[in-house]
Amino acid sequence: MVSPLVAVLLIFLVLPIVLIVIVSFWRATEFSIIPAFEFDNYAFLFGSPVTYTVFFNTFKYALITWACTLVIGFTVAYYLAFHIRTLTWQIALFLLCTIPFWTSNIIRMISWIPFLGRNGIANSTLMSWGVIDEPIEWLLFSDFAVILAFVHLYTLFMVVPIFNTMMRIDKALIEAARDAGANGAQILWNVIIPLTKPGIMIGTIFVVTLVMGDFITVRFMSGSQSANVGRLISNDIALLQYPSASATAIVLLLTVLITIGILLRFVDIRKEL
Amino acid sequence: MTKFTHRNGLSRRTLLKGAASTAIAAGSTTLGAPMLWAQNIKDVTLRQFGTGVSNLNDVANKVQEDLGFTLEMTALDTDSVTQRAATQPNSFDIADIEYFICKKVWAAGNLQAMDTSKIDNYDKIAGTFRSGLLTPESTIAQGTAPHTVGFTSGPNGTDFVAEESGWMTLIPTIYNADTLGIRPDLIGRPISNWSELLNPEFKGKASILDISSIGIMDMAMVVESMGEYTYPDKGNMTKEEIDLTIGIFTEAKRNGQFRAFWKSFDESVNLMASGEVVIQSMWSPAITAVKSQGIPCVYQPLEEGYRSWGGGLGISAALSGIELDAAYEYINWYLSGWVGGYLMRQGYYSAVPETSKEFMSADEWGFWYEGKAAKGDIVSPTGDKLAGAGEVRDGGSFLDRMGSVVCWNSVMDENQYMVRKWNEFIAA
Repeated sequence: MVSPLVAVLLIFLVLPIVLIVIVSFWRATEFSIIPAFEFDNYAFLFGSPVTYTVFFNTFKYALITWACTLVIGFTVAYYLAFHIRTLTWQIALFLLCTIPFWTSNIIRMISWIPFLGRNGIANSTLMSWGVIDEPIEWLLFSDFAVILAFVHLYTLFMVVPIFNTMMRIDKALIEAARDAGANGAQILWNVIIPLTKPGIMIGTIFVVTLVMGDFITVRFMSGSQSANVGRLISNDIALLQYPSASATAIVLLLTVLITIGILLRFVDIRKEL
Repeated sequence: MTKFTHRNGLSRRTLLKGAASTAIAAGSTTLGAPMLWAQNIKDVTLRQFGTGVSNLNDVANKVQEDLGFTLEMTALDTDSVTQRAATQPNSFDIADIEYFICKKVWAAGNLQAMDTSKIDNYDKIAGTFRSGLLTPESTIAQGTAPHTVGFTSGPNGTDFVAEESGWMTLIPTIYNADTLGIRPDLIGRPISNWSELLNPEFKGKASILDISSIGIMDMAMVVESMGEYTYPDKGNMTKEEIDLTIGIFTEAKRNGQFRAFWKSFDESVNLMASGEVVIQSMWSPAITAVKSQGIPCVYQPLEEGYRSWGGGLGISAALSGIELDAAYEYINWYLSGWVGGYLMRQGYYSAVPETSKEFMSADEWGFWYEGKAAKGDIVSPTGDKLAGAGEVRDGGSFLDRMGSVVCWNSVMDENQYMVRKWNEFIAA
């Protein structure tokens, strides 16, 4: 008897991936795909210097975004969990964090464009304050803009799991640490951070996979000038090169799986939960 | 999976519709007698998709009013249009596509050839789409010129034929001559060559469109204008020529020449209107959209000439019976002038200029088609003022503009190689 969960996973997860693997060995012309078994797509992928640049870019975005969301997310969660005393206020402020998520991802992202532009609010404000004389060009259509949008979009995914684990830390542990003479920094480093590791790890997995799989943020915020792996795939699909897109997708999938595998080495989520 | 569908293949849709319409269709195989099914045609819904340029809600409303049936419109970007035409034949009845897209997707068999004897205004269609000659003295520009992919050998043809065979792949509707758009107020000096796009003076303020089949042609115009290379045929480059062309642009990109690339119409409007970009590849109505915000913008005629494109309506291979009749009815209506006038007043050209003239004022016709100075305000179909008395259209008359076309949007023999190189350019 196959359990329902296994059946669901087989149909909606394993089967599509198997199909993608199969198609990645096919051949494509401009308007049709031809079943075949050849390594051309992979050969082209690994033979092109662009692939390496693009994968490097993808990791760069993931790493910087991760670092920023971790710092911001941890701080917000810490404040909510340890500085807000009443549960009511904790819930109220937590809900406040989620309000921006009532609008769509794309709207939140695009709203940065008029803000950061050459004649945008940021530049004109800075100029009227006399901080700068010339508009800052790299605010928009740059890696800075891409990462800013990522951080804005995905910080909540860091806040939620970290907040969740922090709420479950026994307050008596902190009191005990203080009684034993630890100062604030020592409590943070030796008690709170080790105990919130599972939350950090779950947040990390969310952020890393979201950033590595994204293509639309990179397209809009870089003004189509930068590429990550997702854009490579979406360009291929737009040009009907499904086999080549599949091959790229498989390589991306493996890369993300390896990354997560390494991450999970650091923390045994199952044990900690 | 090998081929996406076969021409004239039976779908569930046609089978269901078949029973209902055979009797009627048998009685009225010619289009001359639409009144026979005047009641039924009201139930017909035609699903049209295409790029934003001509998928206008005003057209759908007018169809409802004039013809009585429903037209559903989906506007997509150029790549998505190609993709849908090639892979999702059951998702549309009418394909509003460009000729170079037709060259890519025709062989997939998702569109059916159209009988020109059922097209009332066939004889009035501009020469560009039939013989390829704008005037008897014209030379044919490089690239995928519409007449080269406009005809097929017969009702089930998958090939292209040179002569007017009586079976058209697309019924032409719209075309224009494209050039660079500029912000004269931010540039402050005359621009007269394509090479200005890569002029370091505009570093960080230039843009090009990220649609490979069109972008590569703009690139070729720039490369020729810079004097770097003269192509034997811009519309069909060799691998070396593609490398050279994209190489020059990749270097410019690395040097920070471009502010952004755009893929959809509104992106180009925003880039220009916000002043992020002062010179870029642009489409005519995008200029109109910038101007209607009160921002100066010129569709700059350049010494080297124009890059041109043409679009038309294709019918899904799955269409038959009353829906096929409705599609012909719609296409005949399309060419009968109202849409043509609407498109002309946006700055495009209608494939049947004569009929469009009846739907334009003499002043509008003079301004848009004949290149004469406007006598009064020229307004867009949506009511925005585009030009005042005394102003002249950028580039002049129809013959001046279409007569200076040097290449058409293209699909090359080395298309796949070009696409890969294009991807590298974007990722570089």
